[in-house]
Amino acid sequence: MKEKPKNPDRREFLKKGMAAAVGAALFPGAVLASEEENSEEWYSMLYDSTKCIGCKSCSVACKRVNHLPPELEKDGIHDDAIDLSAKTKTIIKLYKSDDGRSAFVKRQCMHCLDPACVSACPVSAMRKDRTTGIVYWNGNRCIGCRYCMVACPFEVPKFEWDKPIPHIVKCDLCKDTYLKEKGITACADVCPTGAIIFGKRGDLLIEAKMRIKKNPERYNPVIYGEYDGGGTSVMYLASKGVSFQELGFPRLEKSPAEISESIQHGIYESLVPPFLALGALYFLLKPEKKEGKNDSGK
Amino acid sequence: MIQESKYEVVRGKVITRTFLMFTFFFLLSLILLAVRFTKGLGAVTNLSDGYPWGIWIAYDVVVGSALGCGGYALAILIYILNKREFSPLMRSALLTSALGYTMAGFAVIIDLGRYWNVYGFALPNRWNLSSVLFEVAVCIMTYTLILWIELTPVIAEKTGWNRKKLEKIVMVAAVIGLILPTMHQSSLGSIQIISLKKLNPLWHSGFLPLFFLSSVILMGYAVASAESLLSSLYFKRPFEMNLLKKLSIYMVYIGFGWIILRFIELIFWGKISLVFTQGFYSFMFWLEVALFFIPSYMLWKYRSQLSPRKIFVFSIIYLFAGAIYRFNVYLIGWNPGSNWVYFPSMSETLITIGIVSFEFMIYLIFVKTFPVLPAKEV
Repeated sequence: MKEKPKNPDRREFLKKGMAAAVGAALFPGAVLASEEENSEEWYSMLYDSTKCIGCKSCSVACKRVNHLPPELEKDGIHDDAIDLSAKTKTIIKLYKSDDGRSAFVKRQCMHCLDPACVSACPVSAMRKDRTTGIVYWNGNRCIGCRYCMVACPFEVPKFEWDKPIPHIVKCDLCKDTYLKEKGITACADVCPTGAIIFGKRGDLLIEAKMRIKKNPERYNPVIYGEYDGGGTSVMYLASKGVSFQELGFPRLEKSPAEISESIQHGIYESLVPPFLALGALYFLLKPEKKEGKNDSGK
Repeated sequence: MIQESKYEVVRGKVITRTFLMFTFFFLLSLILLAVRFTKGLGAVTNLSDGYPWGIWIAYDVVVGSALGCGGYALAILIYILNKREFSPLMRSALLTSALGYTMAGFAVIIDLGRYWNVYGFALPNRWNLSSVLFEVAVCIMTYTLILWIELTPVIAEKTGWNRKKLEKIVMVAAVIGLILPTMHQSSLGSIQIISLKKLNPLWHSGFLPLFFLSSVILMGYAVASAESLLSSLYFKRPFEMNLLKKLSIYMVYIGFGWIILRFIELIFWGKISLVFTQGFYSFMFWLEVALFFIPSYMLWKYRSQLSPRKIFVFSIIYLFAGAIYRFNVYLIGWNPGSNWVYFPSMSETLITIGIVSFEFMIYLIFVKTFPVLPAKEV
């Protein structure tokens, strides 16, 4: 008898639940559209490989302002990071081809417009700031599952394997350190040749296009990050004749997040009917339960 | 539902030589776990920034939960296709499922770098609905609970709890228990969609969820068959040959269907040449296909003269097939760049062995305390 008045509530609850589910399925698309609209305003960096002299000042400044320990070589004197790691948020690498061409390339978090790590993180510990576009990590939420590392197409998030209380480490555009004090990232500020410039994404895109237009024989006509991986806030210019794949960047037409989410949402939209069928099954099971009772109670 | 068949407690002492062997491996893993929790994951594993997931995820969670799908696969037969004759196998399958999923849960906690933050799954403001892993985690946690609820009638028979009230709850649990694995077992495949270029195109596909779901049902029947035969042998009881013969035919259908689907996907997306051109990866692909093909072909060929031995051997091969497929997707076909390598360390492997041993220990205690296995007279 008590159950009867509850039923309308439950129906109401289910209705609301369904509405919420449909809303959730539509909502991500809506969010994405607004993201793209103000991405021109987001903090960005433009790295020009043709201007870089490989002095690694950026790497040193990054370690200094973000309090990162050195990666000592066996002699114990040199900070000798060979790749991004939990101790190194940015690094200068040298590409050398067999036919003698060479180019420097700086690596750090790309601050994607539609980041795979943010899409992947189950507990929203990786977030993209809506006003600055900075992709940052929140240690109070992170469970250390490392799905962000699996998801990132640029191999950026790193993990402190040697610590019982490990952090996920990656560039956050000096969000709480240099940027807060000086309004610029440490790496861009110290660069002696202007190979790294800091600014709004819209402005940097214009600047990059102008450089290519002025010196078409000097530059690779592509700006890596303009559209790659759905667009990134850290963008790259390379010398003519040097491809971005040679510099170690993957060829990405869409953002991995978009591909993953479209498939996952697609499945769930097409799965709603079977779910309803299973609900009906619940009622089909009931009479047979009674038979079971009769059998056992005979 | 479940109480249509009769079950009985296995007689005999709990502590046997086998039991002590499992205890040894379990204790050994506890020592290594102490190192993991005091010195960090790097102290016991070969994980790296290139390979953030190793065998604890690939084996303990992905393969482990697949091996725990006997209950789910049988429930599809019994409740959806209405083949009630399979219900004698249900209880033991449910028990292995509950144990398999619980152990996968333990493995996750061990693997999580910042396990103390897992309470975040209970806070809606932290939920990320676009994360495949979020869905998998919530589904697996709920399903583990559901499995134990589905087992409560077994305990009730022994302790004399009010069974009428329980039946209602168990009925609801059984329905949810059909939905949840469909969701998370397919999503265990979807997890790797976001890996994109890091997963070799022989395995990366929008059909990953379908391949994972269909192969997990096959693995479910295989594990239920193998388990039925093993426990009959170990506890000296008659084999359930009538049921197992029918079950093998279902396995054959899914096995062939899976291979056909696999090739259709490769042909349709223009990747079929990769089965010859990818060197080691191509070899792993063919190994995977062969492991699905051989038991399907053999079970079909001998369908009128199946012996317990044949069913057992081919079921085990099916389990290897599903396991190799999962390893291919999560580790072997997963390449973050040529400068990274991964092979599990000794400690990492011993911890996995310890977890599995613990699972066997609880199984042995359970079947000797509660009525789980089918009664002999049937």
